[in-house]
Amino acid sequence: MARSPFFVRDEGEVTRLSVSGRLTLSDLSAMTEEIGALFEGIGQGKLLMDLQTLDYVDSAGALFLLRVEEEAAKRSVPFEIVNMSPRVRSVVGIIDRRAVAPPPAQDGLRSVGLVEETGMTSVAFVEDIARSITFGGSLISEVVLSILRPSSVRWGDVLLYMKKVGVDGLPILGLISFLLGLIIAFMSSLQLKQFGANMYVASLVAIAMVRELGPIMTAILVAGRSGSAFAAEIGTMKVNEEVDALVTMGFDPVRFLAIPKVFASILVVPLLTFFSDLFGILGGMTVGVLGLDLTIHTYAQQTSWALEVFDVVSGVVKSMVFAVLIAGIGCQRGFQASGGAEAVGNATTSAVVAGLFLIIVADSTFAIILNYVRW
Amino acid sequence: MTDRNGGDGKVVEVEGLSARYGDDVVLQDVSLDVFRGEILVVAGASGCGKSTLLRHMIGLSVPSEGRVKIDGIDITVASEKTLRAVRRDIGVLFQSSALLGSMTLAENVALPLSEFTDLPAPVIDMMIRIKLSMVGLEGYEGHFPAELSGGMKKRAGIARAMALDPKVLFLDEPFAGLDPITSVELEMLIKKLNGGMGTTMVIVSHELEAIFNIAGRIVMLDKDKKGIIAEGDPRVLREHSPDERVRRFLSRKIEEKDRDRM
Repeated sequence: MARSPFFVRDEGEVTRLSVSGRLTLSDLSAMTEEIGALFEGIGQGKLLMDLQTLDYVDSAGALFLLRVEEEAAKRSVPFEIVNMSPRVRSVVGIIDRRAVAPPPAQDGLRSVGLVEETGMTSVAFVEDIARSITFGGSLISEVVLSILRPSSVRWGDVLLYMKKVGVDGLPILGLISFLLGLIIAFMSSLQLKQFGANMYVASLVAIAMVRELGPIMTAILVAGRSGSAFAAEIGTMKVNEEVDALVTMGFDPVRFLAIPKVFASILVVPLLTFFSDLFGILGGMTVGVLGLDLTIHTYAQQTSWALEVFDVVSGVVKSMVFAVLIAGIGCQRGFQASGGAEAVGNATTSAVVAGLFLIIVADSTFAIILNYVRW
Repeated sequence: MTDRNGGDGKVVEVEGLSARYGDDVVLQDVSLDVFRGEILVVAGASGCGKSTLLRHMIGLSVPSEGRVKIDGIDITVASEKTLRAVRRDIGVLFQSSALLGSMTLAENVALPLSEFTDLPAPVIDMMIRIKLSMVGLEGYEGHFPAELSGGMKKRAGIARAMALDPKVLFLDEPFAGLDPITSVELEMLIKKLNGGMGTTMVIVSHELEAIFNIAGRIVMLDKDKKGIIAEGDPRVLREHSPDERVRRFLSRKIEEKDRDRM
């Protein structure tokens, strides 16, 4: 505040507090600090607040005037405002005097204890599983119905999502898989070179990529790119009541929104897995040819000896299961969203986290089952 | 017209504004002044460019031609710093209220106060209660927007827009989707804030009842002309406008050829 708008004059039994200029929000902080000082030094007589020369107040200025009045009442100082212009009066009149008083203490605000927090989290977890199972059931039944009646599937959307999940994701997947193959080959060659077993780098890279890393890397990438996008898309539709609109028009939202995404994922993720395997092997081959003095022919031959049809088929089956899990959980989290923008964000995060968790669980299950099937 | 600062004058000036979306020209050479302390309603049929004009007036869109001045400052060429200072002096109520859903009403109203002032927390709390009580939402400080009705959201949006006592309050379709009683309550609130605080109001609306109840002056836009076809007191325009489109719009009458088509 450049200059104090207050001028105090002792007039015997009355202390006149003249306020001039403008009282606005930008001065409120400084004015509030001055309230106490204004009452220092005034006698036991009446305090007159003279607004004759006050040009303008906004709601913050009006708040200040009311706070001075409140302070006077608290100190039992007789108080009166004089020469208030109609404009100032109308602004003061619009302020609710109750708002000037301190807010009532709020009951019921207490921190939740550890036991209660654990219990609530556990209940929420169980409810979440129950919801997921329910959604899984309806998704499976819709998938079966769609297979029995292919004309009910929106194949245009399926193609669109195949492009989004597959074609658009291929460059980044190819790069990551290539680098992964390169790293595996490089790290393993450091050890195998000591035994003169450079040749087996090709086998190691091929088996690691085709059996485990190809499907897993593809699934992780699809969960991050597409699972989150599915959740965000459906979540936004849910909070905008578009899903409700579909229901009222007689559409099954799972069939309308989730089935195209699930079908597209089932068709495209195995293909992506195949490309991931291929790029990984190419990465290994780059190290083999440039760093280990192997020929392209030798590397390719060693790779083909190491791999069996069973490895490729199991990888494809695995990736189809991953596809269902990623698309399913993405859609389910989207349908679960309620509220506003924050709910969509939560749904997206939850879709990725739950998707990754389910991928690891499914992969572990496959590892155990395939171990028995293989022998 | 006397403003709240004790002077006369224009608070918003639109000069020769043209706006387009791609190749589609929406507004062509629109000029308009808003005077301090008045309630101006920008009216017109759907698709005539009302909301587009509003977006340009509040600096969210840059016109392809022309200027918009707020308090004498041309916001179409202003620096980010100047624009920020200008935005402190305007408040906007969006059609959807645009309250932040993850925040309570108190937090929504506190946003501009904590961003533009250095007030201590207890004073900000007091300001929040004042603003919410001003719009009849006292006691709702801890509620989230999702827990409110459409009319309450609009009022909360006004409380947030009025947090810094702006010179001009822009309201985009404030009455859309409200029941008649809530609509009248909102009209009364707008008149109360205009009368009590002296805030200039620029309202985009096509709700005729509201236009006649609150507008001191209207400007009417037309889709074909891509600009203003009438300006003045709505009652006078309804009876005496030389333009038939204006009389028809304000009297809720459709053209004979349109009637036959239905």
